[in-house]
Amino acid sequence: MPDLKVSKISNGTVIDHIPPGRGLDVIKILRMERGFDNTLSLLMNVESSRLEKKDIVKAEDKELTKEEVDSVSVIAPSATINIIEDYGVVEKKRLRLPDKVEGVVDCPNPHCVTNTGEPVEALFEVVNQNPVELKCSYCERKFKALELEI
Amino acid sequence: MKGNLISIDDLERSDIEDFLSKASQAEKMSKAEASKILRGHILSTIFLEPSTRTRLSFDAAMKRLGGSTIDLAAEVSSVEKGENIADTSAVVAGYSDICVIRSPYEGTARMVAENTDVPVINGGDGANQHPTQTLLDLYTIKKEFGHIDGLKIGMLGDLKYGRTVHSLAEALDHYDVDIRLISPEETKMPEHIVEKIGIEEEKTELEIEDLDVLYATRIQKERFPDKQEYERVKGEFILNKQRVKEMKKGSILMHPLPRVGEIKPEVDKLPQARYFEQSCNGVPTRMGIILELLGVDKDA
Ligand SMILES: [Zn+2]
Repeated sequence: MPDLKVSKISNGTVIDHIPPGRGLDVIKILRMERGFDNTLSLLMNVESSRLEKKDIVKAEDKELTKEEVDSVSVIAPSATINIIEDYGVVEKKRLRLPDKVEGVVDCPNPHCVTNTGEPVEALFEVVNQNPVELKCSYCERKFKALELEI
Repeated sequence: MKGNLISIDDLERSDIEDFLSKASQAEKMSKAEASKILRGHILSTIFLEPSTRTRLSFDAAMKRLGGSTIDLAAEVSSVEKGENIADTSAVVAGYSDICVIRSPYEGTARMVAENTDVPVINGGDGANQHPTQTLLDLYTIKKEFGHIDGLKIGMLGDLKYGRTVHSLAEALDHYDVDIRLISPEETKMPEHIVEKIGIEEEKTELEIEDLDVLYATRIQKERFPDKQEYERVKGEFILNKQRVKEMKKGSILMHPLPRVGEIKPEVDKLPQARYFEQSCNGVPTRMGIILELLGVDKDA
């Protein structure tokens, strides 16, 4: 067992197996970079057996809503979500990409009407689950998960 | 639910056929007959960037149907004064029975359609869609041959950035046609479209003898970093009298216009030249679109 240098959490959520470099985006997409008062740790480039490297996010006393779980699946479909109670995993949540993704990620196309200050939120249709590919319902362009900006 | 015409991607073959048959009905009507159909109706045109031909052809189409038009031009619009497009267009569309919107921003027409109760027609949204152009192209082909299935259709020129040819190719995917792409290496059709519609023939030479339809588009100078290369390519793909004469009997040459030298004026008098009629077909096609979206059946 490698020393992870970050202690286990007692209660909360561990988001594991995030593609390396995407951990910060997961925090951003969950809007935890500001206004989240509990302990939050981000581990980057952790050695893993499943992926070569991975990021991990641990949030103390945090339970993810269904919408939050869905939003994580958009940028890190390979991630797993573990619910921790009393230092133990009580539940593992499987990610499932919804058919539509609304208001979670911005459209990367600068000419898209959703990026022009109009009162309209980015809306994507999921056209492919693996690898994740989304189609903007407004500008109709398709994007791979890695092209999406948070 | 009200009908809109936002994207070719939204249409099934039967939807396309409905628009085309309405256009054909509209063209066959006498002027007197047509001018009674939409008396008292108003079409609003909201053009946030200029496109005189598209606007005029909608204007003509509505007036031929006996209706009238109101026009919001970008330079005098409240959009300039800082009101957003969503609000402005909802207000203007609300003055009318049907609305056309053109915008430099992709997705504008869909947003506008969501904010108003009247049918919305996309008159072009940036690099995305221009579905009335695609329908008038299809109408021109169908009018000429009586059918679209079974034809061999070549697309020539800037196939990489040309929105017109992308939409046309996607629309033709609903039909059983052979598509041949002819373009310089620098401006080939994007791979995702080629794969999606399963085009087998891609040429970098002007092979046009066996085509039923040759659809030419502009080759734009900006696309070539090397100006000498541009001149060479342009010369290689230019359509002059001699080359067009090689096309088989009964075939047609189309172009969305305006042209900038890719078809020589000497071609205009050849039997293949169909680009001016194509442009004129914009009026009956748009009449058909208006009638279809307003749910007007002239026989009813
Ligand atoms: Zn978009």
